[in-house]
Amino acid sequence: MATRLPEAASVTFSHPDPMVPHLYRVLRTRWDTGDTFSLELTPEQSADIPQFEAGQFNMVYIYGVGEIPISISGDPARRDTLIHTTRAVGTVTRVMSKLKVDDLLGVRGPFGSAWPVETGRGKDMIIVAGGIGLAPLRPAMYRILAHREDYGRVVLLYGARTPADVLYRKELEQWRSQFDLDVFVTVDRATGNWRGSVGLVTQLIGRAPFDPMNAMAMVCGPEVMMRFTTMELKKRGISGDHIYVSLERNMKCAIGLCGHCQVGSLFVCKDGPVFRHSRVEPLLTKWEI
Amino acid sequence: MKTLESIVAQHPFFNGLAQPYLTLITGCASNVVIKPGELLFREGEEATQFFTIRTGILKLGVLVPGQGEIVFQTIHEGEIVGWSWMFPPYRWHFTGRAATELRVLAFDARCLLQKCEADSGFGYEFMKRFSRIMMERIQATRLQLIDMYQTRG
Ligand SMILES: Cc1cc2nc3c(=O)[nH]c(=O)nc-3n(C[C@H](O)[C@H](O)[C@H](O)COP(=O)(O)OP(=O)(O)OC[C@H]3O[C@@H](n4cnc5c(N)ncnc54)[C@H](O)[C@@H]3O)c2cc1C
Ligand code: FES
Repeated sequence: MATRLPEAASVTFSHPDPMVPHLYRVLRTRWDTGDTFSLELTPEQSADIPQFEAGQFNMVYIYGVGEIPISISGDPARRDTLIHTTRAVGTVTRVMSKLKVDDLLGVRGPFGSAWPVETGRGKDMIIVAGGIGLAPLRPAMYRILAHREDYGRVVLLYGARTPADVLYRKELEQWRSQFDLDVFVTVDRATGNWRGSVGLVTQLIGRAPFDPMNAMAMVCGPEVMMRFTTMELKKRGISGDHIYVSLERNMKCAIGLCGHCQVGSLFVCKDGPVFRHSRVEPLLTKWEI
Repeated sequence: MKTLESIVAQHPFFNGLAQPYLTLITGCASNVVIKPGELLFREGEEATQFFTIRTGILKLGVLVPGQGEIVFQTIHEGEIVGWSWMFPPYRWHFTGRAATELRVLAFDARCLLQKCEADSGFGYEFMKRFSRIMMERIQATRLQLIDMYQTRG
């Protein structure tokens, strides 16, 4: 009998009306790199934030400016604060980067599918992140580390543009010092005092220690990076059924109504953003949809 | 004790190479160990060798006025470096500096070129292996040029 492969974990809504934003207050702000910042938020109308799964996102509404999808980058086990790590690239994210402690913003969610951390139990877990792609994967790291003994090898491969663009430096250093984790960081270019690898994140895959026959990979970063990363993972012997990617498309409703995020027959907001690679591979190589 | 030929044979670059070819190549090889921070080769100098990395990390860099040495790639255990010896003007285009203690095998280019000329079967096998590495490096460079972390998608 054929066994059905798990899709990315699907999750149901925890709020009664998913279109209504909830008021959140900024507790802390931190610049992670020159253009990327993290906001720690606390809900105004309740004690806890809604339960979320690693890989899910919220629609963040900056009053008077606009609403954008941002992944949750905090620990799913913590219900007191909500953390979003955002790169300032345009209209909404730039205004968002200027928010101060006690400012208010709207949040609706969490939405979308999650990284398959549960189905990965018993396997080697390979986490490959590029640039801001480490933010949506950080909750998966927290989940895996909370149940470390349930997994085989845990390998984190992270690529950034330069050493100054490396996210969550302190945490990476702490993870790197853990004997039961293999953490490799690479940058595209560096000056003399950088002691890590220089080169593409895809080039780390060949020398990463894992058993491809019993491994699950989770990949997040720019789409080009994900395309070449999955090629390298497959070269190492991991099947496309055991590789998961997170897609990014413009969004409006985030609940599968407006069609803004549609890729072929899939809605990234509702069927994704986390997808099994074999399911979306043909879409990743299309020029325009 | 390990023979030089067995050390050469262990390097992934020479995987599956026929025994007579391994013996030929070993005739051009020598063991080199350098300390962190020392140069393996320098930009602009005559390129007379290529290297296979046994252990350690090598940084490839280029000197940029006002910024110092910009490292654009590190070469690790099991990888190889150097093809400037193949084509005129036979000069290193970059500087190779040890990031850690580095153990490499150095291969004398003139010796190898002579052997490639004398035995075209060997030359073809050797160039195929080099071409694959060159292709991989070119593809990686193209992706670095896209500057993918800065652009959307
Ligand atoms: C499911 C999902 C999760 C996401 N999670 C995160 C996250 O955790 N952190 C985060 O920083 N971003 C995340 N994004 C991307 C984020 O939604 C966009 O960067 C944001 O919508 C840009 O809005 P803006 O108004 O600031 O830019 P716009 O004004 O819409 O765009 C201005 C300029 O920036 C460019 N641009 C827009 N988006 C991006 C981008 N993502 N990268 C580079 N250039 C861009 C545009 O092409 C345009 O040139 C996620 C997107 C999705 C779909
Ligand atoms: S954002 Fe409206 S359908 Fe996905």
